[in-house]
Parts: sequence; structure tokens; C-alpha cells
Amino acid sequence: MTIAIDVHGVEKRYASFSALAGVSLRVEEGEFFALLGPNGAGKTTLISCLAGLTRANAGTLRVMGHDVVNDYQAARLALGIVPQEIVFDPFFSVRETLRFQAGYFGIARSAALDAWIDELLAKLSLTDKADKNMRQLSGGMKRRVLVAQALVHRPPVIVLDEPTAGVDVELRQTLWSFIRELNTKGHTILLTTHYLEEAQQLCSRIAMMKEGKIVALDTTEHLLNAFSERVLRVKLESELPVSLVPLRSKQSGAWHQFEIHDYNEVETLLARLRESGAVISNLEVTEPELEAVFVKIMRGEQTLGPAA
Amino acid sequence: MIGFQTLLRKEILRFWKVAFQTVAAPVLTSLLYLLIFAHVMAGSNAAFPGVTNEQFLIPGLAMMTMLQNAFANTSSSLIQSKITGNILFILLPPLSHWNFYFAYVIAATVRGLAVGLGVFLVGIFMAHIPVYNAAWILVFAFLGSAMLAALGIIAGLWADKFDQIAAFQNFIIMPLTFLSGVFYSIHSLPAFWQTLSHFNPFFYMIDGFRFGFFGKSDVSVWLSFSVALGAFACLSAGAVWLLKSGYKLRQ
Repeated sequence: MTIAIDVHGVEKRYASFSALAGVSLRVEEGEFFALLGPNGAGKTTLISCLAGLTRANAGTLRVMGHDVVNDYQAARLALGIVPQEIVFDPFFSVRETLRFQAGYFGIARSAALDAWIDELLAKLSLTDKADKNMRQLSGGMKRRVLVAQALVHRPPVIVLDEPTAGVDVELRQTLWSFIRELNTKGHTILLTTHYLEEAQQLCSRIAMMKEGKIVALDTTEHLLNAFSERVLRVKLESELPVSLVPLRSKQSGAWHQFEIHDYNEVETLLARLRESGAVISNLEVTEPELEAVFVKIMRGEQTLGPAA
Repeated sequence: MIGFQTLLRKEILRFWKVAFQTVAAPVLTSLLYLLIFAHVMAGSNAAFPGVTNEQFLIPGLAMMTMLQNAFANTSSSLIQSKITGNILFILLPPLSHWNFYFAYVIAATVRGLAVGLGVFLVGIFMAHIPVYNAAWILVFAFLGSAMLAALGIIAGLWADKFDQIAAFQNFIIMPLTFLSGVFYSIHSLPAFWQTLSHFNPFFYMIDGFRFGFFGKSDVSVWLSFSVALGAFACLSAGAVWLLKSGYKLRQ
């Protein structure tokens, strides 16, 4: 399997602080990978190094095997970046913007290019805005044009830096279904987002950054299982039997909460409740959430070394 | 090659879409200079024998407008892209520093030549303009525009704000053009100012350009050519070096 993104020992220092303090990670071709962390953790700096916008002080970065410094042209051809900030060229229309962007990547005007641009516009619900000047577009539309610009040269590796900030729910879903489709077709996706439920639903592996370092790197499933418990909550019409009180993790009114590690424990607990004559009026099992994992890791309660 | 062509097309379209402001306006400004100065200077001694003041002024004004607009094109394009952030669109693709240099310089030269031609066409209606040697006219028109385009790249890369570009224009470009003999022959100046003018590369640009029209000049046309070529080479080397190093573009 080709390594789509290979970051090794990357450091970036600014005068007074270290934005990246020895970051290493590998994203395999075809992965849907999340890079999470609070503001200022170094996610955007890492993406900038990957894009050649920022030069690392130490370490190497490769995109599809191409070094971003020594073989920058091949590396950039392989990379499509959706930037965090909304930027646009006020002189041109949406279609012109996309044609120019394709041209910068060496793609000549052709019927095939125009067909691809039309497809991108359709997928991103921009068809009716194609000939509008960029200035006339709303913020959400401009963001979608940025997505189209990143994809116009059909890069195998796509990096989305907080693509859904300020985008409404419907458009977010449109965007994700399109990105998922690209991922299914073999494109590698690297995503940063503050919407952790998006990362949990979409990404198969997750890296978490804090203060310029990777503090967790694992599959989404492992992270969830390792750091977040399932919880069984039961509402009782009577008191909780004394024998079960030590197992209870939390109580709020008639609701009693138990942490469980696998589903067999649910069965056991319910059986014991029934045996002791307790009457259950309501019950729910909550799944682990990435947000809980994220909070725990960021507070430094637990850390996982980056996987090799 | 397609990347370079695209960037060149974009840079040309960028000024052409607002040609009223980037081409027509400077031509109008030159026309006003011409009307006012020709009127003020009427009756005074001509700079060259057999050349009227209007005839003398037109090539100077054309060159001054070309220089200013070539500079404005590269510098304003870069500073606008930097401030709005859309410079990103050309930093992410695999464009080389040579692609950048040639696309920006050629587009700015095209604008310089367009306004120069505009001033010339307006001038034709005001006075008879002789053409002594078209090749020299074109050589200096190209060199002058390209040299200021390269300087505009340096200024555009260096500046972080629009007012720094304005300062560059007001405190460097304007004094150098006005003190280069646009409106007078430097032979009419006191000895000290004559000597000082010889350190101004813009003087050679205008003097050589004027030679192409009248076959007369303050200094040898070959000297003017050498200075213009040298200045262009130095500024280009500076611009290419800054682009290659990623100065203020890539941290």
C-alpha cells in the first residue's frame, strides 16, 4: 500500500514558540483520516508544511512519495487543499476561477475539463452560480468553490482544513456525501474539524494534536473503546437494591447510571435488577463519543504514543 | 508551460477587465500633462533644434506612463493577492519561480505598452511625431516596462500594506521619473543637477526612447541601452531571487 502522506519528525519553530515539535504520522492511500486538536495545536501549520506554504525547520514531508521540498512539483500535483480561510479572486466568475486553477496545475482547456468542472459544480450545488462573479456569492458558496478549486486537478490526496465551519446542515451533508464518494473512488482524505461527530462518523483513523505534538494516533474504533465507556442508564420506580449500589457510577433522581464495557454486562445487570424485584420504567444505553475521548486526551488524563 | 500561460492570461485579464482604470485613465492623465506643459512652455526655447516642445514632451510622457503603469501592475497585483489571501491559489499549484517572474513581468509589460501606445495615439492628434528608428523605440519601451515590472515584483513582495506601495510610488518612482528629463533636456539644468541625473536610470530610459523618435539625445543611445539593460538585469535578478526564496510568500 502506498503511503499517501508521510510526515517524519517535522518541527516548525517561530521566534518564541514551537508550532510543531517533532510530528510524525503516516496516512495510507485510500484512508479517511482525521487530524484533531484545539485551536493552536499545530494542525494548520502541519497542513501548510505539506502544501509548501510553510517550510519546516526539521523533518521531511512526502505526498504520494514525493518530497514537498525537493520534488515540490510532483508533490503539489498530488495534493488538493481546501484552506480554512475563505479567500477568492474578486475579478473572476466561479467558472473562470476553476478554469484558472486547473490551468495552474497544467490542465489545458478542453471539453473534458469543462465536463469535470460542470460535474464539480453540480455535486457542490453551484451550477446556477457558475457564471456569477465570486463577489456575489455567500460565504457558504465561496467555501464550496474552494472545495471545487481543490479538486479541479483530480488530486489523489485531498486535505480539508475545517471545511464545514459556518456551513449549514444541508450543505454539510451534500459536501460529506461527495467527499465520501471521492474516498470510495480511492482518494485519500485528511480532515481537520472541530465537529467531532463528523470525524467519528467519517474517519477510520484519527490523530490528535496538542501543543505541536501528536498525543493520540489510532483507529477511531480503538480510541473510542480505549477512552470512552458505554453507559447503561435505568429509571427505577423503586429504590436501587443495596447489592447494586457499589456498581452505580452516578445517580440523578430516579435515573441510575452504570458503566459497562461490553453488552453482556447489560444482560447481567438487568437480570440482577429483576431478581431483586426492582421495576424498570425506562432504560437507555449510550455509545462512546469521540468528544469524551477528545476531552480526556486534551486534559492529559491519558495519552497514547503515536503508533509506528 | 500551461501553468505559466494560465498565470499570464490571468494577469493580463486582471488589468484588462478594469481597462478604463488601468489603461484609459493614465492615457488621459498624460494628455492633461501634455496640454498644460505644452501651453506653459509655449514660446520657450526647444530642447533640441528643430523639435517643438510638444514633440519633445510626447515620448517622455509616453515613457513615464509606461514606467509607472508597469510598476503599478505587478506591485498592485501582488499586494492585492497577499492582502486578500488569494495568492494561495498560485502558491498551491506546481508553478516555479520562473513561471511567476515571466507571467508577472510580461503581463505588466503588455500594460505598459498598451498605455504607451495610447499616449502615442493621442499624441499623433496633437503634434507631428517623427520616427527616426522604430527598433530603438521598441527596445526602450520593452526594457523600460519590464524593468519597472521587475521592480514592482520586489515592491509587491516586500510590502505588507497598500500604503507601503503608495510610498514606493510617491517617494521613489515619481521623483525618479519627474527628475529624468520627461519635461526638459537635462542640458538645460545646472551642472550639479546634470551630474545627478546621470545616476538616474530612468533618465537613460527616456533619453534612449526619445532618440528613437528624433535621432537626437543627451547621451549616446548605446550608453542608455547599456544602463537600461543593466538595471533591468539587476532588478530581475533581485525579483527572481526573492521569488525563489519564497520571501514573504512561504514562511
